Amino acid sequence: MDWTIIQQALPAYGHGFVLTVWLSLVGIIGSIIVGVIASLLQYFKTPILSQIATAYVELARNTPLLIQLFFLYYAFPVIGWRMSSITAGIIGLIFLGGGYMAEGFTGGFQGVTDSQINSGEALGMNRFQLARYVVFPQGFALSMPALAANVIFLIKETSIFTVIAIPELTNTALDLIGMYYRSNEYLLMLVIGYAIIMIPVILLLNWLERKVRYGAFGD
Amino acid sequence: MAHSGINVLFSGSNFDRLLVGLWTSIWIAALSIIIGLLIGTIFGVLRTMPNKIIRCILRVYMEIFRILPSVVLLYLVYYILPRSLHINWPGTWMAVLAFSLWVAAEFSDIVRGALQSVPLAQKESGLALGLSKMQLFLYVLLPQAFKLELPATINLATRVIKTTSILMLISVMDVINVGQQIIEANNQKFPTGVFWVYGLIFFFYFILDYPLSVWAKSLMAKQK
Amino acid sequence: MTEEILKVEHLNKFYGDWQALHDISFNLKKGEVLAILGPSGSGKSTLLRTLNGLENYKNGEIVFHGKKVQPSPKEWQAIRQKIGMVFQSYDLFPNLTVMQNILLAPTKVQKRDRAEVEQEAHHLLKRVNMDQYADTYPRELSGGQQQRVAIVRTLAMKPEVILLDEITASLDPEMVRGIEDIVKKLSENDHMTMILVTHQMNFAKRVADQVLFLEKGRIIEKTPCEQFFTEPQSERAQQFLTDMDF
Repeated sequence: MDWTIIQQALPAYGHGFVLTVWLSLVGIIGSIIVGVIASLLQYFKTPILSQIATAYVELARNTPLLIQLFFLYYAFPVIGWRMSSITAGIIGLIFLGGGYMAEGFTGGFQGVTDSQINSGEALGMNRFQLARYVVFPQGFALSMPALAANVIFLIKETSIFTVIAIPELTNTALDLIGMYYRSNEYLLMLVIGYAIIMIPVILLLNWLERKVRYGAFGD
Repeated sequence: MAHSGINVLFSGSNFDRLLVGLWTSIWIAALSIIIGLLIGTIFGVLRTMPNKIIRCILRVYMEIFRILPSVVLLYLVYYILPRSLHINWPGTWMAVLAFSLWVAAEFSDIVRGALQSVPLAQKESGLALGLSKMQLFLYVLLPQAFKLELPATINLATRVIKTTSILMLISVMDVINVGQQIIEANNQKFPTGVFWVYGLIFFFYFILDYPLSVWAKSLMAKQK
Repeated sequence: MTEEILKVEHLNKFYGDWQALHDISFNLKKGEVLAILGPSGSGKSTLLRTLNGLENYKNGEIVFHGKKVQPSPKEWQAIRQKIGMVFQSYDLFPNLTVMQNILLAPTKVQKRDRAEVEQEAHHLLKRVNMDQYADTYPRELSGGQQQRVAIVRTLAMKPEVILLDEITASLDPEMVRGIEDIVKKLSENDHMTMILVTHQMNFAKRVADQVLFLEKGRIIEKTPCEQFFTEPQSERAQQFLTDMDF
């Protein structure tokens, strides 16, 4: 271990760290929005749109982010859609994450028990009231574990951005290793960088999961 | 204009080369899953044992893999093995090692969870029949746990298959690496070839993963 | 003089600071059926589970065939082949068929010949009218049917003592009688030594030779069955029988 190497690399890692955090945040928020929309389309069985949503969810979940990014960044320019690597990264991550989130929410909606739905119906609720007051509040609470897993997954997936040369954490480390041929120091910094992001996130999500569960079901 | 690019897939031996690349991805995924499931089962069983030290070590092992992206894991193996440990393996082996350790970590958690959800009464009625601890796990607890955990295991397998896309990063001749070579070699003749090559690879991954996730979903619906 | 098969001496069991069993001593002769009765929370099931090594105990002795049982997992594993146990919730293994459930322990633990055990299993299943279900999975059977299989599963081990822990408590009333008949026949025809814990006084009265009355983890009296139900020695037992409408 050479401490001067670590010291010199700190600013570069700082930039990579900020970029990873920022891309993760944008990607997670975008994914949740897309996921909510897609899962609602599926829930209300909106004609055509729900089929499109289902096709999208399956395509997003069953293909790797890497190839999705290659498509956006290398193939789309051929038909005239040019975008920066950061734009491609964000669109790719939201495309992927939206599918995962939608699947999680749908699972939550389906987890609401029949007896809950029946008792709502017995109170004379219509389809939308049932969704608004029974299925969604309970369904979102039930999908919290999936949401938490997806958040962790999406943060880690930003490391794939290195293939389109977005200078996030992983790309920063690989660049430095390539330039200076020192791997131990740079890999250690990379691991610590992810630990600094992931450990608080995991703890926060665990706390949030308990809180939401308690708020919705009281246990 | 774009449709002419499709010819790149069938000129020369391109299509066959892509299939060979795909096969590399498939066997690396399959081997890693098999090795990972075996190690993960042992780790998972150990994590239900009373020994606190073993449990703690395995928990930390699992958490490390939860924190680190698979790209980082792959590079850790790729750099540490030859440079610090002086082990010079081909890229494919290093990939199998990295993926197996990752699958083992994730599967150990699945096994532990499933074992803990097998009712205590099952364990006691096994013990009351005079089964040894080993026999209890082998004939009673693990078969029931495997059934519970099958959907999660299939989902893990689909993730391993998708993650093979990062093999190109350590220069393994996987389907994407072959695809890139074909695109570069034919850029002049077929400028829209990139669309078709990546499109085909996208499709390859989809037909590998989609049936598995449908299977996992139907199993989960049945368990409800 | 009939042979003494099981003896418990000055057994004490604690859960943390709380003492669940106080100075329990009794013995069991070959062919005897002992019913452990008492109000809820009196420690009946705890005592029964202790006799199968499913609960540990602080001090005291369990003597099986004149030999003190060392409280180690290994020793208990060996003894359990001689002391079988049937549970309230049947606890058949859902991943195995009826026949596989029965064969598991005799072939894997006792390493007996598979064909021989299988033949015996069919014979036992016939005795409880379950032979046609040999290849069925437990989830397809009713509670009463599952309990019959659970009894056969224990019998297939050729145990010397069988512990029956509330084996009729989860069953529909019309199924209870059938299970009781099986236990009765085991006693009359096979002279099987048994200890049963139950809340159903009729069951105890029908099959037991001796009654061990327990309250708050203490033995209040041990009385021959007939006498227990007609003229119990202790006031507490009288009160208990009155509470049970007996």
